[in-house]
Amino acid sequence: MKLEANLFAAEMKKVAIRDGWGKALVEIGKENKELVVLTADVSESVRTHWFEKAFPERFVQCGVSEQNMASVAAGLAMEGKTVFFSAYGVFSPGRNWDQVRVNIAYNNLDVKFSGAHAGITVGPDGATHQALEDMAIMRVLPNMCVICPCDEKEAGKAARAAAERKGPVYIRLGREKTPVFTTDSTPFEIGKINVLADGSDVAIVACGVPVFEALKAAKNLAEDGISAAVLDCHTVKPIDKKTLVEFARRCGCVVTAEEHQINGALGGAVCEVLSEECPTPVVRVGMQDKFGESGDGIELLKHFGMDSAAIEKAVKRAIGKK
Amino acid sequence: MSAIRLDSTSELLLKANDIRVDIINMLLPAKSGHSAGPLGMADIFTALYFHTAVHDPKKPQWDGRDRIVLSNGHIAPVLYATLGEAGYFDKKLFNSLRKFGSPLQGHPHKGALAGIETSSGPLGQGLSQACGMALAARMDKKKHVVWCLTSDGEHEEGQTWEAVLLAAKYKLGNLVAIMDRNFIQIDGPTETIMPLESMAAKYRAFNWEVVEIDGNDMLEVVKALDAARTRAASGKVQPPLMIIAKTVPGKGVSFMENAYEWHGKPPNAEEAAKALAELRAARAKIKA
Ligand SMILES: Cc1ncc(C[n+]2csc(CCOP(=O)(O)OP(=O)(O)O)c2C)c(N)n1
Ligand SMILES: [Mg+2]
Repeated sequence: MKLEANLFAAEMKKVAIRDGWGKALVEIGKENKELVVLTADVSESVRTHWFEKAFPERFVQCGVSEQNMASVAAGLAMEGKTVFFSAYGVFSPGRNWDQVRVNIAYNNLDVKFSGAHAGITVGPDGATHQALEDMAIMRVLPNMCVICPCDEKEAGKAARAAAERKGPVYIRLGREKTPVFTTDSTPFEIGKINVLADGSDVAIVACGVPVFEALKAAKNLAEDGISAAVLDCHTVKPIDKKTLVEFARRCGCVVTAEEHQINGALGGAVCEVLSEECPTPVVRVGMQDKFGESGDGIELLKHFGMDSAAIEKAVKRAIGKK
Repeated sequence: MSAIRLDSTSELLLKANDIRVDIINMLLPAKSGHSAGPLGMADIFTALYFHTAVHDPKKPQWDGRDRIVLSNGHIAPVLYATLGEAGYFDKKLFNSLRKFGSPLQGHPHKGALAGIETSSGPLGQGLSQACGMALAARMDKKKHVVWCLTSDGEHEEGQTWEAVLLAAKYKLGNLVAIMDRNFIQIDGPTETIMPLESMAAKYRAFNWEVVEIDGNDMLEVVKALDAARTRAASGKVQPPLMIIAKTVPGKGVSFMENAYEWHGKPPNAEEAAKALAELRAARAKIKA
């Protein structure tokens, strides 16, 4: 799989994941005249301000009203628009879950929405603003697709793929500037795991910011003679069962890594698949059923055990369970 | 392009009577469901679907149709009765209401039945969706009108007011909302549960145009709806319009009228027989 050269060099380019989404909206808007974008008073932070500037007539500023925004989006989609909306993940889909459930998912509409500032890495704003449950509450909805891109480039591809896909899509985006380690030629297909590194002792299945942490962990583990596969499972739903089972069989143990509660999202989904299809020991890296707190994003990732060191530890535990 | 357009008040009154009979007949075998709201709104549904709104039951997806969004989905029986009477589907389906496999779901489901613009049931979401439809119509320079039927109780939901703000901000003059102001909700009279007055003053303060009518006076209803449609179809960027329709919950069935206890229960066999007898008598009076 094609990734940037010198992956772990200090000078790796860092860009916020949300930027990939924001830039893609402008590109999609040029081709698709039916694209309409909505925001709830956070256009710059969720990077919809670029679209607003380019296409003011197709931008709807809803004010601080996440519930209303989700339902207005549904109304637009029922009239044939491709609708994208964005707000902070804690409030959207946190506050408007019922509107998303009934107006968007039950009606199975072409509405694509991002929960921004997701994960612990949003940092200083503290627990109220750290969306750590968003993927779980979206994943349980019928018709819903859930994507968690690992870097700015993948976020752009995810937005474009979402625009092409029929039905609702939820995309979670981080705020922090993180390494851009995938390239224009790294493939992206909804529902298909990207195998970033092959391995035979353990499969690390990650999404979002922890994907890069998993690559770092795999490099360190190799020095200890442990061969770790790294799987970028950007689509949490529908999940790529085939690849998961293939790697579980080959490696005999699995570690999941995500910037989310360990219950209900990637870790939960992988356990569900494997316990039904190929019972395999799994260790889940993520938020351990706790609320976060203020701090620097990367510091918090380390403190709450979602960085490369935590993944390495989890790998050793997983191998011990074989 | 309305397939059936009734112009005389007595024809409309007879149709509203048919719809009330359908509602009773539908609720009896369903053994659950809402009686008061649907009966109270029968006159407005009749005027809208059989006189004012532009729609074609034979082409439910026709792009030029008026969009009629039912926000308070629990009054589904009046929607189903009206759509069935208008020819959207076979009236034989009426007695399948709320039964397994029926397209007449307990609360409306878009796609299950022709003529349903959106799924509803959770209160307070319809006006927002209607705003989205009205915005889309404006972007595409389409001339149809977006109607949104709401209840008074759902004005206790914050989201309703979020939508009220947005509609005023964008001056969605192609949007007409109609409030079923029947002064009841599940637990009692609205003014006891959560005082809502003055609705008209609130809407005016939020920069809407407001009209107040008696929602059970057919002539008044028809006049108000016709005027609203003409205004909304003009294509002008102007304030959205709220028609506050005072209705009698349970209208047409004496023992259900104004009794909030009938919000969410169906009649039993004896009550249904009594109700149908009253509706037959009312029909004879309209004919006379
Ligand atoms: C969000 C939400 N909360 C609660 C309910 C349950 N509920 C159904 S109808 C209703 C009463 C609302 O009052 P109104 O719409 O005025 O009822 P009606 O006049 O038809 O009796 C309630 C609380 C619901 N459907 N949606
Ligand atoms: Mg009421």
